[in-house]
Parts: sequence; C-alpha cells; structure tokens
Amino acid sequence: MFIAKIHVTLKPSVLDPQGVAVSGALKNMGYKEVESLRLGKYMELRLEGKDKAAVSKRVDAMCKKLLANVVIERYEFSVEKAK
Amino acid sequence: MKFAILEFPGSNCDHDCEWVLKSVLKQKTEMVWHQDSKLPSGVDCVVVPGGFSYGDYLRCGAIARFSPVMQAVAEFAKKGGMVWGICNGFQILTEAGLLPGALIRNKSLSFICKDVFLKVERADSLFTNRLGGKRVLRIPIAHGEGNYTCSPEVLEGLRQDRRILFRYCDESGAVTPAANPNGALDNIAGILSENGRVLGMMPHPERASEAVLGNTDGKLLFESALNALSRA
Repeated sequence: MFIAKIHVTLKPSVLDPQGVAVSGALKNMGYKEVESLRLGKYMELRLEGKDKAAVSKRVDAMCKKLLANVVIERYEFSVEKAK
Repeated sequence: MKFAILEFPGSNCDHDCEWVLKSVLKQKTEMVWHQDSKLPSGVDCVVVPGGFSYGDYLRCGAIARFSPVMQAVAEFAKKGGMVWGICNGFQILTEAGLLPGALIRNKSLSFICKDVFLKVERADSLFTNRLGGKRVLRIPIAHGEGNYTCSPEVLEGLRQDRRILFRYCDESGAVTPAANPNGALDNIAGILSENGRVLGMMPHPERASEAVLGNTDGKLLFESALNALSRA
C-alpha cells in the first residue's frame, strides 16, 4: 500500500482571489510580513501498486485528467510506502 | 427540433431550459440523465444547463465531465453537433475540453445574481442570428465562479477567429472594466468552439425568455438557435 500526497494550486499566472483575500486578512491582523498567499488543495490517496515508480505514473495521470485542471492549476505530489 | 437537456445531480436550471424550449417555443425536449451513455436519437441540440453538478466538488464541472453522458456529448460535438452550455454547463464544457480556458472564482469572491448587459460580438452565429438588429442584451447571471481565464495565446486565437460571442458591457454597449461583474478576462461572457457549434456562456437566457418575467432578450438566442437548425 502506498500513500500519495498531492498539492494543487492555481498557476502563478492565474489570479487567486481567495488567496488575496486571506493574505489581506493576515495583514489586517498585524502580520505585515506576509507578502502573498496562494490557496490550494491537499489530497491524500491510499492506493495499491507494484512499486513507487508505477504508482507515481498512475497518480500523475490522475492529476492530469481529474485532480487538477492543468489549464489553470499546477500540481505536485509525493509517493511513500504506507506504514 | 429536438433538444436534449442534461441532468446531473445538482443541476437546477434543467427545468427552466425545458420550460422555455417545450412550453414557450413548442419544441421537442428530452431530459437525459447523467448516467445515460447515449443521447436520444435525432437530437439536434444538447443543452448543458446551469446548477451545481456534483455539488461543485473538486472544481465546478470537473466531475460531471467524466459522467457517461458527457462522453456521448463529446462524441456528438466531434461530429459537428450543436451544444449549448449555460453557467455550470459552460464550466463543464471547459473542463471537458470542448471549449478552451477555465472559469475561476469571481474576483469579488461573491456569488453574483443580477441582470447584466452583454455585447453581442457577432450577429451571424448559430446563437445570435435573430436579434433583429439588437447588439446589447440584458440577461441575468447567477454564479460564484464565472471569471473566465485562459492563456494569452488562447485569448489571441479566440479574438482572431471571432469566437468571443458575448462580452460584459454597460447599457450603451461599451465594454468597460466597470461593466465586468466577475473579473473575466477581456470581459468574456460567452465563447464559441472552433466550428462555431458549441457555445458556452455564463448568463442565463432561459431566465429571460418570457414577457411575464419582464425580459425576453434570452428568447432571442433560443429563436436564433431554432432558426439556425431549421435552415440546416
């Protein structure tokens, strides 16, 4: 059993209105050091597979097809053996 | 003419579209469930209605795109079929790759439900050929994710190929930042596919198609589609 941890965020070129609003709130709270904030999604998959490479290949396809919209989002993930 | 109107869990404008097409315009309509893998035979146009298909989970339209019926719609569109996505339907069509770009959260973060003005960029499309000289329409929007975006290359292509059909404007038809309700790139409210037979638009013409509702501008679009189909 493997665990894939996936992060999906809007591409840097795409405006993130939620991120802007949240970073504005942090600044209002006094965290003046906050320069910017990008809001994204975190997904955790438990899945079977032959080895890490095979699982990574499948997860990459899942990201491309469904979990991220590559027109506006980018994704990164890690795959580990489940403990 | 025969219209297929798709129904997903969470669709909520399906019956409004059915009402306009069936009761107001006296056309044949058939509701098609998302699990159906085939469209009814003899369909002239598929309407992908508004709503919150699959609760907008993951992204608007992302899950609907993989429903059995959307595979049939993609086939239908590939063969030159006429497909009309409204609001969530537009989101589904972009997710499905039938239209370029994507619709993201409104710039204001608010769900916006109000009448807007649309500049009709071309009066020779399948959906805008019976406007009687009208180039500014008043049609309501109701969405939280209608902020159209695409890459600069795609935008340039849309412009060059005259595929931007509707842009948000003011009452006089001026396309200005102030008239842009949701932050959409280039004030884009609706675009066509390469062959001009697939339309995606955020505003809801089905909510503006009867005098009793105080607005019939939307009906002009349905009548245009009927006209185009009857000439084909």
